Amino acid sequence: MHFARPVLLALLGVAAAQAAAPTKAVIQRGAYLVGVGGCNDCHTPLKMGPKGPEPDMTRMLSGHPEALKMPPAPKLPEGPWMVTMAGSATAFAGPWGVSYAANLTSDKQTGLGGWTEAQFLQMVRTGRHLGQGRPILPPMPVPSLKAMTESDLKAVFAYLQTVPAVANRVPAATEPAPSSIPMH
Amino acid sequence: MRCLLVAVATALGLTPCAARALSQPPARLSQTGLYASQGQVDPGHLAFAPQYPLWTDGAAKSRWIHLPAGEAIQGRDEDSWALPVGTKVWKEFRFQGRKVETRLLWKTGPQAWVFASYLWNEAQTDATLVPETGLADLEVAPGLRHSIPSRTDCRSCHGQASVELLGFNALQLSTDRDPGALHAEPLGPGMVTLKELVARGLLRGARPDLLSRPPRILADGPATRTALGYLAANCASCHRGDRPLPGLDLDFRHTSRVTAAADEPGLRTTLRRPSTYLIPGEPASLRLDPADPGRSTLLHRMASRRPASQMPPLGSSLADQEALAHLRRWVANLAPSH
Ligand code: HEC
Ligand code: HEC
Ligand code: HEC
Repeated sequence: MHFARPVLLALLGVAAAQAAAPTKAVIQRGAYLVGVGGCNDCHTPLKMGPKGPEPDMTRMLSGHPEALKMPPAPKLPEGPWMVTMAGSATAFAGPWGVSYAANLTSDKQTGLGGWTEAQFLQMVRTGRHLGQGRPILPPMPVPSLKAMTESDLKAVFAYLQTVPAVANRVPAATEPAPSSIPMH
Repeated sequence: MRCLLVAVATALGLTPCAARALSQPPARLSQTGLYASQGQVDPGHLAFAPQYPLWTDGAAKSRWIHLPAGEAIQGRDEDSWALPVGTKVWKEFRFQGRKVETRLLWKTGPQAWVFASYLWNEAQTDATLVPETGLADLEVAPGLRHSIPSRTDCRSCHGQASVELLGFNALQLSTDRDPGALHAEPLGPGMVTLKELVARGLLRGARPDLLSRPPRILADGPATRTALGYLAANCASCHRGDRPLPGLDLDFRHTSRVTAAADEPGLRTTLRRPSTYLIPGEPASLRLDPADPGRSTLLHRMASRRPASQMPPLGSSLADQEALAHLRRWVANLAPSH
């Protein structure tokens, strides 16, 4: 009975924090999770630097560069090599077609700036594009996001909403050419 | 004490397992209150048939709603009725005369809904709760496959924080039914429309002229009315102005605020409007292109059943050929003045 009051107050505190704008601590937690979650590996394009390819931090988390038009992916011979990656590390061709890493910056038109937190959570829960569409394609690691707690996911979203906007319309994924292998 | 904590936590929108367990759906359909006795639907439930049904690979459907005794629907907002807590709605799916699945939506709190689906047994005597993750690719008749959506996928169409009935609303139950509606199901004996709901005092707060000026899709001809009605039922659950998908500006939802045919969102956001989705190999595409209907991305995506491009993205595995034929004819015949 003695500890009931502090527990209730703590619960109320959590709720208050959820209703208000995310605190600095939440945003920092989100930045930390995005760092260890490796989101930059695919969502920040690589550029050629003096020591080889390096992340282009002027385009941090802005996804596959719109100006980098990809030619058709090379046809690989039959065998265990099945996936090709662009030098930018933001475009991937495989049996699923071609997928392009999304723009995660706060840009309203082309990034996550126009998303609601609920849409972000629904995207993770369903593994569907925009939370309501087609299944999300490889190599986006949906299962590892699914393994996060709800409060961590909210922190990731809160942090991404603070990432400087980069206007960059990532191309839509393309389907593989029709094949005789039934899809289901 | 624990109960109080759970109650507080629930009120705050935090749902610990204990609180969630309170509103688990029953294990069998026969325990949900649909039937008064084996196979006999409780005569107190109201049967209904939305004028524009959802396409589910040609399944035949029956639907019933239960409103708690003495309670009524609050209809002041014609576009979003408020249902009393305790409301239950069922939808039965049949393929080739056999019951396959019955879905349940149950309002358990002011903001809380339980979603469930039940799979019918061989003997057709009862149905058992389907796991939360749904069931993929059941063979329901020779060569015919059907998938039961996961509960998170139910919410892709019926909504997250605010859940909505999609076949039990003012437009779907209008007394001004579209005689051309695709896959229309006839109003059987005892089925309710707005007229019965008002007469029986089950719909309150609606505008006084609801029955003399019943809701209908605004259109300059029957083909447009039917096309936009179809799109409103089958597509507006995801494509709607009040809950937009980021960056898409695509809206098929008819609302009571639409006052002119040209303002129907299903026309305004599609006709000769550029598509962000491109048909493979095409440099640019329109959503609806009367000059070249075959290149309309709307028709292209409706005709597709490849996972990456099919529309709707879930809920069916066969394209709706009858609807495609109607929409193609309709787009091709749209007057240039549109
Ligand atoms: C191994 C590469 C890779 C990593 C690592 C990665 N992503 Fe992605 N991500 C992708 C690709 C590719 C897509 C596009 C997938 C598609 O179009 O279906 C994507 C898409 C997305 C989308 C858009 C989803 C939608 O609705 O279409 C979001 C949001 C996202 N990623 C967030 C993250 C976050 C947050 C992290 C770090 C925790 C992360 N990603 C790590 C490759 C990656
Ligand atoms: C592709 C979108 C979509 C999905 C996914 C979906 N529904 Fe529906 N549902 C509809 C539409 C549209 C209607 C109304 C038209 C009709 O009944 O033909 C409807 C009607 C219903 C009804 C009758 C009440 C009403 O809203 O009119 C119930 C009950 C129902 N759905 C339950 C479920 C459950 C449970 C799931 C998940 C197992 C589910 N639905 C998945 C679109 C969907
Ligand atoms: C369960 C949710 C859902 C339903 C139902 C749904 N859609 Fe979609 N639709 C989406 C999502 C998400 C996108 C955006 C991503 C994409 O293009 O795949 C989309 C994109 C589209 C686009 C591309 C628009 C553009 O400019 O890029 C068209 C056209 C479309 N849908 C038509 C339809 C039609 C027609 C229906 C009904 C027959 C329908 N949709 C039903 C979720 C849905």
